[in-house]
Amino acid sequence: MIQNLADGILTGSVISLGAIGLTLIMHVLRFANFSYAELLGIGAYAALVFDRLLSALAPALAAAFRPLTLTGSLALATVLAMALTGASAVAIDRMVFRRIRARADPLSMVFASFGVALIVRNLITLAFGHRAQLYSNDIAFAEVVSRDPMLLIKPGQVFVLVAAVVLMLALHLILTRTTFGFALRAVAENPTLAQVAGVRLAAMVTAIWLIGGALSAAAGVFYALTNHLSPALGHNFVLPLFAATIAGGIGSVYGAVAGGFPVGIASGLSLMILPSGYTPAMPFLIILAVLLVRPHGLFGEARA
Amino acid sequence: MIGVISYLAFFATMAGILAIAVLGLNLQWGTTGLFNGGVVAFFGAGAYGTMILGGRPEPGQFGGFEAPFLLAVAGGVGLAGLVAWAVGLLTLRLRHDYLAIATFGVAVAFESVTRNAEWLTGGAKGLRGFPRPFEAAVGDPFLYGLLFLGAVLEALGLAWWGLERLTASPYGRALRAIREDEEAARAIGKNPARLRLQAFVVGAMLMGVSGALYATFYAFIRPQDLAPILTFQLWAMQLYTGSIQYILIGLVIVLMLLWRPEGLLPERIGRRTPNRTAGTAAATASKEATTP
Repeated sequence: MIQNLADGILTGSVISLGAIGLTLIMHVLRFANFSYAELLGIGAYAALVFDRLLSALAPALAAAFRPLTLTGSLALATVLAMALTGASAVAIDRMVFRRIRARADPLSMVFASFGVALIVRNLITLAFGHRAQLYSNDIAFAEVVSRDPMLLIKPGQVFVLVAAVVLMLALHLILTRTTFGFALRAVAENPTLAQVAGVRLAAMVTAIWLIGGALSAAAGVFYALTNHLSPALGHNFVLPLFAATIAGGIGSVYGAVAGGFPVGIASGLSLMILPSGYTPAMPFLIILAVLLVRPHGLFGEARA
Repeated sequence: MIGVISYLAFFATMAGILAIAVLGLNLQWGTTGLFNGGVVAFFGAGAYGTMILGGRPEPGQFGGFEAPFLLAVAGGVGLAGLVAWAVGLLTLRLRHDYLAIATFGVAVAFESVTRNAEWLTGGAKGLRGFPRPFEAAVGDPFLYGLLFLGAVLEALGLAWWGLERLTASPYGRALRAIREDEEAARAIGKNPARLRLQAFVVGAMLMGVSGALYATFYAFIRPQDLAPILTFQLWAMQLYTGSIQYILIGLVIVLMLLWRPEGLLPERIGRRTPNRTAGTAAATASKEATTP
C-alpha cells in the first residue's frame, strides 16, 4: 500500500512535468497533441547520446554521485537534452503544425499529430532499436525505509522527486515574478486579449514549445533513470499526460501539476487490485471519471 | 490460374472488409466532423463480440455460446455501438478534442482487456472462431472464397447505399450543418449533441460489422490484429480522397502501396502454394513491415 503510494507519487511527478507544456499547447493552439508525449522519448534518448559522448570526452565526469547512479556526465547531458528537445519541439511546430494551423481546422492538427508521433517513435526505434536500455548498469540498492509496512526507496527516486519539484518551483517563479511570465499567463488565459495588450503570440507559442520540450525532456530522463528507456516511452505517456491535463483543466499550469499526481498515484494503487497489464487503462478511467463529475477539470473553466 | 484468382479474391475480401470500417469513419469524420482516434476498439468490439457469441465452448473460457452466425454478428455490432454510445455520451457535448482523447483511451483500454482478461478474450493467444457459415455445405475452398467475397462486397454495397441515402436525406443535411456551423444548426432547432451521438454510434457499428467479418474470415482474432496502427491505416485510406465514391479507389491505391512489395511480385504469384496460407503469410509480412 505505502510502497504503491510512493511509486505512484514518483510516476506522478514525471507525469506532472510532462503535462505542463501539453496543457499550454492544448489551450493556446486549441488541439489535442498526440505527438507531445514523444518529446519525453526524444529527451530521454538525447540524454543517452550526450551522456555517452560526454563520458567518452571527459572520463572524470563518468563518476557517479554516490549514493546515486547519476553521473556528472548524465546531469550535464540532461541539461543539453532539455535544450535539444525544446529546439525539436519548435522545429516540429515550424515544419508541421504551423503550416497546418495557417490553412486547416484544429482536427487536421490532431490527425497530423498522430502522424508526427508515429514518425518520431519509429525514427527512435530505427536509431536505437527495440530493446530496453539503461543509463547506467550500476546496481542501485534500495534503502529499507520501513519494514512494516514494507517500504523500499532508491536514492535515485528521491533525487528525481526533488529535481521535479525544483523544476516546477522554478517555473512557478518565472510565471509569477517576471514580465515574460505575466505575458505567458496572459496568453494562456486569453490569447486574443493578450495580443490586444501587445503580447506577440508567435513568440509566446515558440516559448511554450521550448518550455514544454525542456520539461518533457527532464520528465523523460527522470522516468528512464528510475525505470528504463525504450522507444515506447513516449507512447506509454500519451494517455497519462492527457489524463493529467484534463483532470487539471486544459490551460491551467497548476492544474497540470495537481492533475499529474492523482494519475500517477491511481496507477500505482491500481496494482493492488488489478494485474499490472491493466495499468495502461487507468488514465482512461480517470478521464472518464473527470468528464462525468467535472467536465472542465479541477482548475479549468467552461469555454466554448 | 485458380491460384492467382483465389489470391486476388483474398485481398479483395480483406479490402472489402476494411472498406466497411472506412465507410463508418467517413460518416463520423467526413459527414459529421467527429475525430475517432480509436477505430480499432470498435472494430475489435465487433470481432470479439462475434467470436464470444458464435465460438465453440472451450474449457476455462467464457463464451462459446455457438450462437447462429447472424445473431453473433448482431451481438458484436451491438457491443461496438454500446461502447461508442457510452464514450460519445460523455465527450460529445465538450470540446471537440475530448472525443479524440477519449476514443484513443478506449483503444488503449480495449487492448489491455484483450491482452489480460484471459477468461473472456483468451489473452495474447487470442480466440479461436467457429466454422465459417456454409463452408461445409459448399465444400470447395476456392468456390467458398469467391462466395465469401461476394457476401462481403454485398455487405459493403449495402452499407455504401445506406450511407448514400442517409447523407442525401434531410438527416444527412442536418449532420453536415452541425459540422459546418453548430450555432446556426441549433438556431433552426437541431440538437447537435444528439445528432453527433447518433452519427458516432452508427459509424462505430459499421466498424463493428467490419470487425465481425474480419474475425469470421480468419476464424481467429488476437490482440495483435488490433494494433493501433490499424486506426492509422484506415485513416490514411479515408484521407486519400474526399468523398464516399472515391474511398474504394483510394483504398485500392493504399492497399497497393502497402502490400505491393510482398503481394504482387510475379514469382510469388506463380508459385503454387496453398491459397490461404500464401495470402495469410503475405498479410502477416505486410503487417510486420508496417507495425512499429
